Amino acid sequence: MPGVPAATHQSHDTPASAAMFEARGVSLRFGGVQALTDVSFSIRKGELFSIIGPNGAGKTSMVNCISGRYRPTTGKVFFNGRDITGMTPNHRASLGIGRTFQNLALFGHMTVLDNIMVGRHHLLKNNFLTGSLYWLTGARKEELAHRREVEEIIDFLEIQHVRKAVAGTLSYGLRKRVELARAVALKPDLILLDEPMAGMNLEEKEDMARYIVDLNEEWGMTVVMIEHDMGVVMDISHRVMVLEFGKKIAEGTPEEVLADPRVKRAYLGEDDEDETAPAQEVA
Amino acid sequence: MANISLIPCGDFKTSYGSDTTIFPTVTSRNFAILGVLLLLACPFFMDRYWLNLCIQIGYLGIAALGLNILVGFTGQISIGHAAFFGFGAFASAWLSNSYGVPVALAIPLAGVMTTAVGMVFGLPAARLKGLYLAIATLAAQYILQDFFARAGWFTGGVAGTIAEPFTLFGFAFDTDESYFYVVLVYVVVMYVLATNLMRSRDGRALVAVRDHYLSAEIMGINLTKYRTMSFGISSFYAGIGGALYAHYLQFVSVEGFTILFSIQFLGMIIIGGLGSIMGSLMGTAFMVLLPEVMQAVTSALQGTAIDTALNLKEAIAFLREMAIGVAIILFLVFEPDGLAHRWKQIKAYWKLYPFSH
Repeated sequence: MPGVPAATHQSHDTPASAAMFEARGVSLRFGGVQALTDVSFSIRKGELFSIIGPNGAGKTSMVNCISGRYRPTTGKVFFNGRDITGMTPNHRASLGIGRTFQNLALFGHMTVLDNIMVGRHHLLKNNFLTGSLYWLTGARKEELAHRREVEEIIDFLEIQHVRKAVAGTLSYGLRKRVELARAVALKPDLILLDEPMAGMNLEEKEDMARYIVDLNEEWGMTVVMIEHDMGVVMDISHRVMVLEFGKKIAEGTPEEVLADPRVKRAYLGEDDEDETAPAQEVA
Repeated sequence: MANISLIPCGDFKTSYGSDTTIFPTVTSRNFAILGVLLLLACPFFMDRYWLNLCIQIGYLGIAALGLNILVGFTGQISIGHAAFFGFGAFASAWLSNSYGVPVALAIPLAGVMTTAVGMVFGLPAARLKGLYLAIATLAAQYILQDFFARAGWFTGGVAGTIAEPFTLFGFAFDTDESYFYVVLVYVVVMYVLATNLMRSRDGRALVAVRDHYLSAEIMGINLTKYRTMSFGISSFYAGIGGALYAHYLQFVSVEGFTILFSIQFLGMIIIGGLGSIMGSLMGTAFMVLLPEVMQAVTSALQGTAIDTALNLKEAIAFLREMAIGVAIILFLVFEPDGLAHRWKQIKAYWKLYPFSH
């Protein structure tokens, strides 16, 4: 379906087609702090889209605007052509937007299985009355049907051995995976991953990269990822957007972005007087 | 180990259905059924006094379960639970006295009425947290207490109101022996309902709201709805408990539903285990039986040096109150997860005895 996307760059070999998500002139201000300034971009269906930028550039703020935790001060966000700027986060889940958090946000006292089942919330029909009458109202049948699907996610993310463990007792890497599982359980069309690989060792990173690519290619999810590991970002992303001080400074394929002189200056500290710029961030 | 699994070696689940049962093994289910059957036989060998205590544990346990759903599972604090308990008592008496509703029907209806009241007071809960919510529920406590004293049409005012005995098909359950069965049925039904609730969609949502409300919202959970709903469910249980209390005593007085009673409910669920269904019942039993144990200890010590030194006979009244306070503190320090957790550990110990690994 060509011709639909209103993106700024034309030359990609992405499998993308129609714009699934669009941000138009999004600005976000907290008192005197301007977190985002007039950011516009669009994400196409089926894309693996990364947002990068130095610390404090507004990446997470942008993701929060998509997931609904923040409402843009000005500007609008659209999902599948529908204006969702004022929509509450819990409503967005049923539209098909799921996310993980930068800092772990699991339900610490629940088992892994229950955590993932919470992700099915908007797909389940039973309420507190029918749930209380479990056997009589089909709640049991529904639970079991969804359990089956949840088990598939557990298989995919290889967390079978901890499915009955309490989430708060797991190691960091496993918790990250459980959180991904929970977001996948929402059956989202658009999944937002906020630093899915932060704090992981190389092996865990490789696994996580594989999961993300599989989610994108096999499960057909459109992925938005914030990540600091440039190696992974440039390897698996179809398109990359670079933010700096709340402004978009570049957008395009990984090659285009890497070649952009402004990105080099902002990110790599090249041609800059400031020699202390964090060059080691580029692994 | 904190979360030791007690599934016997070789007992593999072969379907998701068998993995989601209330009782993890057939044996544990059979033990529970046996326990209920034993309770059914209680009125035949227990005396009035002990039956009275069991009935108390029953109706208080139902109300405590409601508070546990609110405080333990949803993480909302409430120090007005006794007021809802009282409202249920008056509502049931009022329905049967003024409208001739059969008591068997008035009890659940009183639960529904209390739910409505609880949700009204629960509305601010959607916006408030922690200490602020505690103060808001304190307001509920005092508003309702004042209402009990003033609304003569509903509560009989300061004189109180009589409540008809529970009758079913012409048989009046007006003795301790017979009322025991009424309470037992309600306890079993309410506890099974709560267990089912907590293992289905909305129960999980409540726990999710407690553990991490921001990610719960991202998962599609409407925080306002679930926080208010939790107040509603909690009040329903309180109302049922209160109604059972009313038709047991067959008289409801406006005194008694004080903040102290509310705090006792909190004590029950802290001792029993926040966020544990069976813990609510264990904690209630503990609170009801603690004064009895105190009494027994006092009479055992009668005439000894300790008795003369402390003048136990007269001191027993305040020693009881102090014992409750001491018990809560000791539990908070040594077993914050309550009796339910302790029970699990005891089971694990004997399961693995004599090899603890």
